[in-house]
Amino acid sequence: MSEHLPALLVVLPLLAAPLCLLLPRPAWLRAFASAIALACFAIALALLRHVLETGAWSYALGGWAAPLGIEFRVDVANAGVLATVALLAAVVLPCGLGAAAGHAIPAGRSHLFYAAFLLLLTGLLGVTITGDAFNVFVFLEISSLASYTLVSLGRSRRALRAAFSYLLMGTIGGTFILIGIGFLYLMTGTLNMADLAQRLPAVEQTRTVHAAFAFLTVGLAIKLAVFPLHQWLPNAYSFAPSTVSAFLAGTGTKVAYYLLLRFSFTVFGAAFVFGRLGLDLLLLPLSLAAMFIGAIAAINQTDLKRLLAYSSVSQVGYMTLGLSLASVTGLTGGLVHLFNHALIKGGLFLVVAALVARTGSSELADLHGIGRRMPITSAAFVLGGLGLIGVPATAGFVSKWYLVLAALESGGLLLAFAILASSLLAAIYVWRVVEIAYFRAPPEGAPRGEAPLDILVPACLLIGASLYFGLFTHWSVGVAARAARDLLGVGS
Amino acid sequence: MTFLSLWNYWAIVVLMMLGLYVMIARENLVKKMMGLNLFQVSVILFYVSIGKVAGGTAPILLEGQPDALYSNPLPHVLMLTAIVVGVSVTAVGLALVVRIHEAYGTTEEVELEKLDGTGA
Repeated sequence: MSEHLPALLVVLPLLAAPLCLLLPRPAWLRAFASAIALACFAIALALLRHVLETGAWSYALGGWAAPLGIEFRVDVANAGVLATVALLAAVVLPCGLGAAAGHAIPAGRSHLFYAAFLLLLTGLLGVTITGDAFNVFVFLEISSLASYTLVSLGRSRRALRAAFSYLLMGTIGGTFILIGIGFLYLMTGTLNMADLAQRLPAVEQTRTVHAAFAFLTVGLAIKLAVFPLHQWLPNAYSFAPSTVSAFLAGTGTKVAYYLLLRFSFTVFGAAFVFGRLGLDLLLLPLSLAAMFIGAIAAINQTDLKRLLAYSSVSQVGYMTLGLSLASVTGLTGGLVHLFNHALIKGGLFLVVAALVARTGSSELADLHGIGRRMPITSAAFVLGGLGLIGVPATAGFVSKWYLVLAALESGGLLLAFAILASSLLAAIYVWRVVEIAYFRAPPEGAPRGEAPLDILVPACLLIGASLYFGLFTHWSVGVAARAARDLLGVGS
Repeated sequence: MTFLSLWNYWAIVVLMMLGLYVMIARENLVKKMMGLNLFQVSVILFYVSIGKVAGGTAPILLEGQPDALYSNPLPHVLMLTAIVVGVSVTAVGLALVVRIHEAYGTTEEVELEKLDGTGA
């Protein structure tokens, strides 16, 4: 049994998704889907422990050996991402489809929501675990199709338009990735990533390989919402049901970031990507632009969910900044930020879900004095917000610390300054919410009381975890640093 | 000469750009979906095209001819999967268009923007 864990991780949610259609009661569905997500998390943790102890684990799917068969390859880098994705699913799914979710699913149809959610989980886990380039495309499309569906379930009719433009952008991105993979196959005759990495250096001066890299990078940049390809993200996150936003914000762009790392460092190799093609020259200015423009746009929002969505654009900028520095410290910063931001932003979107459950709105204008009406929820928001800013003793501080270190290592004093300056912008948009929540009088006769426990507990759990990983960095930074060294091929 | 000998790739690029252009320039959501389909089909043609070996026959084992030349079947098989993905994307996209039409009463981008009162 245990030798099949890598396959089980993907097969379990895949088989559970259609089973959701057979369960009659929403309560059973929620318990069932949560149990599956929890099981995935347990498997991901077991995989992470295994690769930390014994190194990379190659699993031949169906017993067909790589490079001909499809290989699932688990190493420290993707085991960490797998654990993050499964953790978010295990925390978000128990919130279920209560009043908090803000969805437009008719009663009696909630089984379809859980089925789509589990398919999304399948896709994200599959993309991360696979060692086969074409398999990446297939799983990416599974996750994308499921997320278009989930985004369209939002309460407002604008969710439909957001989902439609997300579908157009996402499919262009997916098809670009497919073209890139086609070029790679054309030049090397293989689809296995390890095999590609061996055969590419012989043909890397050809224009076809350059085009392959360009298509893959642009395609992934769309999925990752790198500025200026981020237009789909704010609409999709702000109109999707709150629980879906929480999960997507924590995992969707993160998996695309992991893929960009995998293709840049494992498949093409840092020497080719950064030395010959100079991806850093393109990615660095775009990351900086994302950090500032995302944060400035967030400051100008009047809706809390939209504010958080623009803040995500800005935080993706930090991650790609770590990538563009292409050093062990930079990648460590990027990967730690992947994990920390997943906790913080997932937690914050769940906090918004809790607020919406009581007030019925995520408009800032309707949240006056919410700090007195819902003290625990508002406190959770403040703690999560401090994480976004990167105040010491929060998880956000840890990742920004490594990014600043990496910037200083590469001699970019201005760059380090830019990271700090954009954190100040984050302080402004978080402060706007705090000011409204605590320093405005609540409207007369406004109802008091916390959100239902099934949404409050997961939200506090994620925010609490983000505080824990701000103080105890042994696990998060340890795994990220080892993953960064593996990706760059530097011995530990 | 190389220009003409690569005619299949040129045809694919033209098809792809047509699809992309339709997606960007057309205001009607159904037409946007058509553009998306053109775009995806061009990639399918691209893969089928790279699997062709000059002078090769269909990759079905010919008995008694060990040195027969076959086309590469792998890209074709990959495209079976890509076609399934394309059909699913089209299905989800058209389902969304139907829902948008139910909610707004139109599928024209300009009118949708007016109804929402935004440019986004």
